[in-house]
Amino acid sequence: MTIAGKYEVVIGLEVHAQLQTASKLFSGDSASFGASPNTHISPITMGHPGVLPRTNRKAIEYAVKMGLACHCEIEEDNYFARKNYFYPDLPKGYQVTQHTTPVCKGGYVTINTPTGKKNIQLNRIHLEEDAGKSIHDLDENYTCIDLNRAGVPLIEIVTEPVLQSSEEAWQYVTVLRKLVKWIGVCDGNMEEGSLRCDANISIRLQGEKKLGTRVEVKNLNSIRNVKKAIDYEVERMIAIVESGGTIIQQTRSFDAGNDTTFALRDKEEANDYRYFADPDLPPFHLTKDFIKTMQVSLPSLPEQLATQYQQEFGLSEYDAAQLCDEKATADYFESVTHFCKNYKAVANWMLGPIREYLNGNNFSFDQLSLHPEVLAELIKLVEEGQLNFSVASSRILPSLINGKRSPLQVAEEMDLLQVSDSTELEIWVNEAIRSMPDKVAEYKKGKKNLIGLFVGEVKKISKGKADPRSVKTLLEQKLDENTII
Amino acid sequence: MFSFSSIQDYHVFLTGNPNGCVTAVGHYLSVIEEKKHLNAFLEIFANDALQQASALDVQRATGKPLGKLHGVVIALKDNLSYKGHKVSASSRMLEGFISIYNATAVEKLLAEGAIIIGRTNCDEFAMGSSSENSAFGPVKNGLDETRVPGGSSGGSAVAVQMGMCMVSLGSDTGGSVRQPADLCGVVGLKPTYGRISRYGLIAYASSFDHIGVFANTVDDAALVLESISGPDEFDSTVSQKPVPNYLAQKEKGKKYRIAYFKETIDHSRLDKEISTQIKSFIDVLKADGHTVEPVDFDLIEYVVPTYYVLTTAEASSNLSRFDGVKYGYQSSVKTTDLTEWYKQTRSEGFGKEVKRRILLGTFVLSAGYYDAYFTKAQQIRHILVDKAKEVFSNYDAIISPTVPTTAFLLNEKAKKDPIEILLADIYTVFANLTGIPGISIPLFKHSNGLPFGLQVLTEHFNEEGLINLSREMTKLKQ
Repeated sequence: MTIAGKYEVVIGLEVHAQLQTASKLFSGDSASFGASPNTHISPITMGHPGVLPRTNRKAIEYAVKMGLACHCEIEEDNYFARKNYFYPDLPKGYQVTQHTTPVCKGGYVTINTPTGKKNIQLNRIHLEEDAGKSIHDLDENYTCIDLNRAGVPLIEIVTEPVLQSSEEAWQYVTVLRKLVKWIGVCDGNMEEGSLRCDANISIRLQGEKKLGTRVEVKNLNSIRNVKKAIDYEVERMIAIVESGGTIIQQTRSFDAGNDTTFALRDKEEANDYRYFADPDLPPFHLTKDFIKTMQVSLPSLPEQLATQYQQEFGLSEYDAAQLCDEKATADYFESVTHFCKNYKAVANWMLGPIREYLNGNNFSFDQLSLHPEVLAELIKLVEEGQLNFSVASSRILPSLINGKRSPLQVAEEMDLLQVSDSTELEIWVNEAIRSMPDKVAEYKKGKKNLIGLFVGEVKKISKGKADPRSVKTLLEQKLDENTII
Repeated sequence: MFSFSSIQDYHVFLTGNPNGCVTAVGHYLSVIEEKKHLNAFLEIFANDALQQASALDVQRATGKPLGKLHGVVIALKDNLSYKGHKVSASSRMLEGFISIYNATAVEKLLAEGAIIIGRTNCDEFAMGSSSENSAFGPVKNGLDETRVPGGSSGGSAVAVQMGMCMVSLGSDTGGSVRQPADLCGVVGLKPTYGRISRYGLIAYASSFDHIGVFANTVDDAALVLESISGPDEFDSTVSQKPVPNYLAQKEKGKKYRIAYFKETIDHSRLDKEISTQIKSFIDVLKADGHTVEPVDFDLIEYVVPTYYVLTTAEASSNLSRFDGVKYGYQSSVKTTDLTEWYKQTRSEGFGKEVKRRILLGTFVLSAGYYDAYFTKAQQIRHILVDKAKEVFSNYDAIISPTVPTTAFLLNEKAKKDPIEILLADIYTVFANLTGIPGISIPLFKHSNGLPFGLQVLTEHFNEEGLINLSREMTKLKQ
């Protein structure tokens, strides 16, 4: 047995997702990212004497939606508590949180593993307000505080300690990130800190029941770093145990510069946050009707939708999964299906030429300026043989995007419509046959596969306008006749 | 002398006096100056008040509609935010702090045409019953300058008592309006929890804090209450109930069913003469046709401990924001350690009583003590709420003394066990624990020459009944 094989890795993840509400959790200040420091602040955000909180209803709706999307049980009777501690970026000296009474309990998130699907059990999802930002490296003598973030609504999604590898953690955060974006509660932007992850990691001997001493790694600001930090940490822990040492309970931070972690603080005597119900906020009750409304308002989730696409539209598993990668992609697909029943063709167009165009411009499907009906028309022209696919995708499509004309207009103007009119076709076919008398002879002697060469020649002569199917039929007719032209 | 028995009289005066508001402000400014030594005011907003007054005089002259409190000269306790003005909660901790927004109550006062003449001294962060716990020196009782005016809203009580303004606002977390009103001989009204928005009132204990009114008459207090009550989008604990017209006098001539707790009127700490005078007033009420009956209240010894456990717990958290980082006092002691700096700043910035309550509140919320103190006190609070419901299912009102004694000497209680002074709140905290409205009306005079009041309590949101009954009682006593 390898050394690594002796041990089992146990990981629990806490993911903080900033809710994309217009305003903060308890004030009307803007919750948007990227403004100049300390511009999204009012007396409420600054914790001025005498101010009071008012709960943003949207934030509660988003938290409940996320809970429902993760199959959680939704708590009907809720309240906010105060978590008391001092820090300069915490203006009130306490954080308002649902730490002890989360709005969503239990639930799971499904991930794919090499051995099949696995449900990652959640402990809870709760609402809380974000703290401000302390910037330590801007000034030599001072820490700078930006309170724009203070009070932005967060949900904290906490798993049970059930993830067994950095790979699973990577999968889980990927799926979770896709999910929050899919249901529209968070933009999932890890670089801007909209989605942040802390990992609780421990190791134990295979078969051991008791959990090992855990280390918490903070500041994992990309999915890749979640994996790297866990890999590093597991290796570090195994090395300690193998050399006879003891792992100490610590909070560590990931250094993306060299892919290692370093200790922030050893676990001191447990902090006593003195939680108690915030007397400024009355308890809030969620009615069954409200929860039902939230359930109904949830879009079909990616997995459901992918299955549906396979069953209803006859798409391959791969195509269905690709279309369900982002909500915007699936939405666009569905809007095209209202105008076009050739679902496979819609998928091919979207995952082929259109995606290529979007990738090239760094756009996503919601930024695509191509009306679904226009795409449907284009598909129809190809289907009817009026356009060939490569001409349609390489020449017509670019001028349809951002344009105002119909595919037919564009094709006509560019003189790209295929001709299946027999008189004109006959002229081109005759010309081709005439230009290659020795090939005609060979063909007649039985080299039937030369037909492709003739078709190619007609294509050349017609500048791509000849419909290849009609051309082939006509050629066969002519060559099989015993007439010499 | 410039003097009015009510706001109504003053409004009559204004109709014949084009410069009436300016005259009024001038008058009150001179009384404030004359009574400066009582230390009732921390700051006079003379220029602002005069400007407001002349604008109001112009408004009247042009025939524009006038607010309910048109020209009424009012003082604010120094824990209410008034935009562009200092507010300190009588604490060194808020040194130099200027409010950048208006409390909702202040906003409403201004909208109704009131003139804000200054901010009044009080116990630091409203913690105290004597107005001696101020970083800016004690307030003196205008009727006997060797005595306290009560607290914590002592400055606001004295301001009305000595005619330095017509009415004033205070705050009442455990009796801080009713108790000084009692000791100063004025009307002190605390409405139902949630009747007046707390937005802009510097928090002591959020679930106990109320804005209250000092006035010379019940009607004046009612008018101010009506003007500043009502829904507010900035306070989630405020009631959405519409505000009635408190001066409508709907219940004129009504015979009330009144209860009193035996344990309060026969309490060992209660001054004998206060007990006797109230008992004889009960006879007067009965003779007038009201029903007055004793009701058992065996929980009386629990109310003060319950009150202090819960209020200090909330205070320990509410006062965390005063850390010197964003505003207010900062220690000049040089240190590079953040925790050390917090300790220095808060140790120097807060006074002794405030620190005592922060420590007590931190203790009762600490792991290991939480259930024994905080949880238990919450349970008792629920029992008290049920008790109030039970009483009001049979009675319109509960009466009691407001305070067990008349005004005590300055420094008298501070020297003693601090617990001693806490027990003076025994009659008033019930209304804050349960959120019911209460008033202290100045009906009595002690043989020692000092005034004292009667406390009347009614059911949640029955301010109308409270005001009507208080008016009836005042008439009966005359």
